[in-house]
Amino acid sequence: MSSAATENLYKLPGGIRLPGFKAQSATGEVHEVAVPAELIISLRQHAGTAALPRVGVGDHVFKGQVVARADGQFSANVHASSSGTVTAIEPRPVPGRAADSAPCIVIATDGKDQALDTLAPITNPFAESAESLLEAIGEAGIVGLGGAAFPTLPKMRQAIGSDIDTLILNGVECEPYISCDDALMRTAATDILYGARIMIKALGLTQCFVGIESDKPEAWNAFVEAAQIDGDDRLHPVMIPTVYPSGGEDQLVYLMTGREVPSQGFPSDRGVLVHNVGTAAAVAEFALTGMPMISRIVTVTGDGIAQPGNYRVRFGTPISDVAGAAGGYTERAKRLIMGGPMTGVSLTNDAMPVTKACNCLLITGPAIQTSKEPERPCIRCGECARICPVRLQPQQLHRSFISDDGEQLEALGLVDCIECGCCDLVCPSHIPLTQSFREAKQRRRMEVYERERAERARERFETRQQRDADREQQSAAAIQQIKDRANRDSIAQILARKQSSSAADDKDKDD
Amino acid sequence: MRFEPALTPYLRPVTGVGAMMREVCLSLVPAAALYVAFFGFGIIFNLAVCILACAAFEALALRLRGQAVQPVLNDYSVCLTGVLLAFALPPYVPIYVTLLACAAAVLLAKHAYGGLGFNTFNPAMVGYAVALISFPVEMSTWLPPQLGDLDYVRPSTLQKLAYIFTGEWPAPLVLDAITQATPLDIVRTGMREASVFAEMRNNPIFGDFGGYGWEWIANFFALAGCWLLYRGIIRWHIPVAVLVGVLAPATLHYLITSGAYPGPGFHLFSGATLLGAFFIATDPVSAATSPRGRIIYGLGIGFLTWVIRTYGGYPDGFAFAVLLMNAAVPLIDRLTAPRIMGHER
Repeated sequence: MSSAATENLYKLPGGIRLPGFKAQSATGEVHEVAVPAELIISLRQHAGTAALPRVGVGDHVFKGQVVARADGQFSANVHASSSGTVTAIEPRPVPGRAADSAPCIVIATDGKDQALDTLAPITNPFAESAESLLEAIGEAGIVGLGGAAFPTLPKMRQAIGSDIDTLILNGVECEPYISCDDALMRTAATDILYGARIMIKALGLTQCFVGIESDKPEAWNAFVEAAQIDGDDRLHPVMIPTVYPSGGEDQLVYLMTGREVPSQGFPSDRGVLVHNVGTAAAVAEFALTGMPMISRIVTVTGDGIAQPGNYRVRFGTPISDVAGAAGGYTERAKRLIMGGPMTGVSLTNDAMPVTKACNCLLITGPAIQTSKEPERPCIRCGECARICPVRLQPQQLHRSFISDDGEQLEALGLVDCIECGCCDLVCPSHIPLTQSFREAKQRRRMEVYERERAERARERFETRQQRDADREQQSAAAIQQIKDRANRDSIAQILARKQSSSAADDKDKDD
Repeated sequence: MRFEPALTPYLRPVTGVGAMMREVCLSLVPAAALYVAFFGFGIIFNLAVCILACAAFEALALRLRGQAVQPVLNDYSVCLTGVLLAFALPPYVPIYVTLLACAAAVLLAKHAYGGLGFNTFNPAMVGYAVALISFPVEMSTWLPPQLGDLDYVRPSTLQKLAYIFTGEWPAPLVLDAITQATPLDIVRTGMREASVFAEMRNNPIFGDFGGYGWEWIANFFALAGCWLLYRGIIRWHIPVAVLVGVLAPATLHYLITSGAYPGPGFHLFSGATLLGAFFIATDPVSAATSPRGRIIYGLGIGFLTWVIRTYGGYPDGFAFAVLLMNAAVPLIDRLTAPRIMGHER
């Protein structure tokens, strides 16, 4: 086992040191949240298409049972996270950036928390073929646990297709407040390494780097110790400097390998595959126990919650139940954020269920950090460009955003914005830059969509016109044909009549 | 339970434009104090008039543009414009010249272009340039330092006030008797008469490097500039580039001509070099915006300053150098945009 030193890392452009706010949640055990009375299991907990239900209302389901199957390639299986009876299959509000709803399977739990008896560990995963390991990962409904919830199976298949040479496990967790990966690494480092070895095997790789941020000494020590015991010299823990957003996928790839992920491309385009440490632990869990992905560690934190900490939560548990388990809200609770304070999603209602993407529930007062000054025009100070981790110039983008200059926005790299929020934090004019770029992206997408739709409509119209013209031509031809035939027929008839009359004449003559 | 909606990121900046501008203004207090010690109350009077007049013009412009006055005045940017103008103008100058400079800075350079953040040209330098072109004599009338044993008639406070408000020196004072050519003027005329810099330096108005008194104030500008660098309110690119832009050609020229022309020390401590490098060229709105762009922008200002001082018609060319480079900013920005991660170019 060797651990790469920090000096060997590449320097990320920009980035920012943020107050951690992690002490609130980062200490102590991972607490269990009890099985709620009702589980609301979203069928779209992952990026991609919603899974298709495989159970009906009234069916009894067991913990770990598949209740919905992946629909197509970019989807994931969904399992029951406790035992009970399906009471409804209907759209319910689920956490997301827009006021979202998704098809959900609602389960009234029976309190027995009975697991499906056919669940079995994979006895020796390292003797299995790569393909059967991949299938197992798909079967277990595993998705990326870093927050984006990209289904793991298609990600791995794509990486194999792109001929990768390096696997990176992301344990950086650079956003303030969040400490669920920290908690996982402190308590389950062995599992993560086991999962990593399965992934290495499935991908046919020779090495794996595990990035851990320097502000997590306990996690680092636990990891190094576990790696020593594990004795696998293909696993290398690497300490990452505590600078936000080092844990961004493309950012981590650059930090550790010096390879730049191409614009709008994937790390696999540069031979790298990145998975969250939690994802590796989920793989290990499935291999070791046969239990698919039915829960995750969620950091519940902020001054709006009585007992901040890390909690293991079953998917489908309403957020209100999680808050209850964490001692309930304090009177400061005004805002509910899923994810971290930089990139998280603001939720307006705690009846929504926890999903695979939910790494953190941050409950805070009206504002975490405030300044008394109002929003002002941009003074082009360039601080935003200084800290932009992709080397964009937000001050120039902002100018084009104001004038709604789509072409210029594109030229300035709008699509390359990772929406990390750094620019907002250093802007002395307090301009909501990230939000404006998100809007601009949305606007551009709509424009492209509209353009494509118009294009399609035009094509359809032209096709129809062509078809009508063809049809007209055809029918004209057909009519002509009929007419011709009719003519021919009538001529024949006339001839025939003539013939017959002449024959009759002849007959008459004969008579 | 229901929660308030919010936008990411939820962490907000801790600093603001107002606080930054205020700190820049305050960082110049020691230099102003030293100015008073060397040249009398003139700078205080200028500061008061410039700040008040600029604020009044801004309030007027905002009123005419139908915008709220208070929040904009609170950003202190107009206050900084006033402060920089006060330092740029001669300490004793007829008040109508000061008012014209303020009006040009705030109304023409700033609000005619759309207010804070939209001005192409540095407002203080536009104000200075308009005043210099309109009142060349008044703008070139500098009283010598009060300290030291310079052999000049020193007007009383009352006489100075009379001049400020009427534009005429009360009898029996004669302009030539009380004012004096600044070191830059001396160099300017000296060069025309083909005299050598070493000889010009014998004039008691010269200090160790630049003008007597001036060089000390310049030191304080530099110290204040270093404070702003330390505080992260300005970044190093522009000041360093401006200084290199002035000093590199000056040093070369000095060495080539074997000391006939003023050397880097003189250029550094004379006129607006240090004030300009740290406080004027660093105005972010009218400066280039990328790090590389800022270096080109600063080098351009420094070099043009040296060119105008050495070959041009004005003793100090800093204001014109800034305005010329302001005009080049869109091009510089276009050519120096950094390569975005994941892009070939």
